[in-house]
Amino acid sequence: MIRFLIHRATIAVLVALTVSIIGFSLLRLSGDLASALAGDSAKPEQIAATAHLYGLDRPLYEQYLDWAGKALQGDLGTSLFTNEPVARLIGERLGVTVQLSLMSLVFALAISIPLGVLAATRPNSWIDRSALGLSVFGQAIPNFWFGLILIIVFGVTLRWLPISGSDTFAHFILPTITLGVAVMPAFMRLTRTGMLDALESDYVRMARAKGLSTLSVLFKHALRNAILPVVSLTAVSLGFLLGGSVIVESVFALNGIGFLAFQSIIRTDFPVVQSIVVFVAILYIVLTLVADLINAYLDPRIRLG
Amino acid sequence: MASIEQELRHPTAAVGVALELEAPSPRAVMRRRAMTHVGFLTGGAIVLGIILVAIFAPLLTSYDPFAQDLTKRLIPPVWSAKGSWAHILGTDGLGRDYLTRLMYGARISLMVGLGAATMAGLIGTTLGLIGGYFGGKIDAVVMYIVNVKLALPGVLVALSLISVFGGSVVVVVTVLGLLFWDRFVVVTRSVTQQVRTNEYVIAAEAVGASRTRILVGEILPNVMNHIIVIASLEMAVAILVEAALSFLGLGIRPPTPSWGLMISEGRNFMFFQPYLVAIPGVAIFLLVIAINMLGDGIRDITAPEGRN
Repeated sequence: MIRFLIHRATIAVLVALTVSIIGFSLLRLSGDLASALAGDSAKPEQIAATAHLYGLDRPLYEQYLDWAGKALQGDLGTSLFTNEPVARLIGERLGVTVQLSLMSLVFALAISIPLGVLAATRPNSWIDRSALGLSVFGQAIPNFWFGLILIIVFGVTLRWLPISGSDTFAHFILPTITLGVAVMPAFMRLTRTGMLDALESDYVRMARAKGLSTLSVLFKHALRNAILPVVSLTAVSLGFLLGGSVIVESVFALNGIGFLAFQSIIRTDFPVVQSIVVFVAILYIVLTLVADLINAYLDPRIRLG
Repeated sequence: MASIEQELRHPTAAVGVALELEAPSPRAVMRRRAMTHVGFLTGGAIVLGIILVAIFAPLLTSYDPFAQDLTKRLIPPVWSAKGSWAHILGTDGLGRDYLTRLMYGARISLMVGLGAATMAGLIGTTLGLIGGYFGGKIDAVVMYIVNVKLALPGVLVALSLISVFGGSVVVVVTVLGLLFWDRFVVVTRSVTQQVRTNEYVIAAEAVGASRTRILVGEILPNVMNHIIVIASLEMAVAILVEAALSFLGLGIRPPTPSWGLMISEGRNFMFFQPYLVAIPGVAIFLLVIAINMLGDGIRDITAPEGRN
């Protein structure tokens, strides 16, 4: 277990390091960040001054080491647009994104797990077919468009819910549904196949033969095993939601880090963009590492294999 | 040699009379499955229809997708009271015929989908073949690259890259192609690991075939079915992401008719002319669902006998 842990942690650190280099380079790939910042009509000396002001005239590796060194101490630089520390900008908005991600995850799990279990117990029944239909629907619908349709129907026509901003709980309902529908199909399919396999297994047959009640067989024996891969997917999805909420946050004008990243990309506010990309990536790496460790703990085949 | 091979493949063929009792060839099985697979037929028909509309758009409409006519702004579709058959799906905020823009928009979606899926397929399959065949340290490097890719927030990276390199179709295809190759690696790698110890691979190694030849000639054909299925799914994802990027204003640039961009432009009028948002969204949904049905169909049809 210790060896497994060290191995996984080493890879995680290496991946995080690579990701930080990529995130740092993203907006610099054009080779001329300074002229993009100085504007179209800038004279050469203005561009040179801009480059010098932000330290862009130094060698790239030096800029990276400087930024990474400070980032490790919690200093992510200053926004070019608002002049606020990037760490504070992210800190202020992280709550909104985390709340939206967790709510979407709970929403998706609350629908997809019971539906997946029911679908697996009655393959090819109407409930199985409607579960499949729902997952096909969730996979094919354009997320941002679904959000707009919800705004038109519930916000404008029916006037039930607010359509933009993040002040109250009600503001989160439509974004949660929009984002939740996008991650639901994967959970539903995974639960359904996991349950189908588990229900055909010897231990479930054994439990049935002992005369245990259907509910006990379903939830105590079958679901417990079927849920293992769902744990990994939950971690992956949470990472995806934290980074992927950029579209939904923009549609509903939710003031989270996704919306901040989007605005910063448009303003070429590179200190903010590189920090958010690396921050979200490292969050993902940590979450998947934790999920791996949980799975290794639950399943000896992984940690010893 | 050829005749022996044929005989081995169709042992009853030599008997002549017993020909009718012969087991159906894999190709015949696939054809039979294809003709009875509702999802495959429906999805295929819709995709084919959209491809034809995209190709023959100039013949199907007399309007120019870029021609603005401010005297004909915001004409509603034909089914509403004020609609007319002159503009079946109405006109947009600049008086451009909406059906025409929709038909030309299909070109962008299809090009982006096909281009991105092809590029991702090339990258992912190459990495998967190499990792799965060589194993050991090389495989560790491949998996490390995959882990880095998975950790990067895709949409944010795409938005950043497009903001740097500009929103042309080529840039969008390249960026999306660079983002969606991970599933190709995972599947190609695991199939390669399974088949690399098969006799025909060992035989090819024994007669001194080059590595490239073994990978492309012996192993790749085993992975091809999986690759086509994943390619269809990734094509659908690429179409959705392109629409989202264009909607956010960091994808295809105006005045090019992209479905995502049309939704973005229609958003300004969405409270009074909701059809401007609804119509392109339905088009994206239809194309994506059809591609997914087609992909699932191909998976079912090419699956080995007895498995589902």
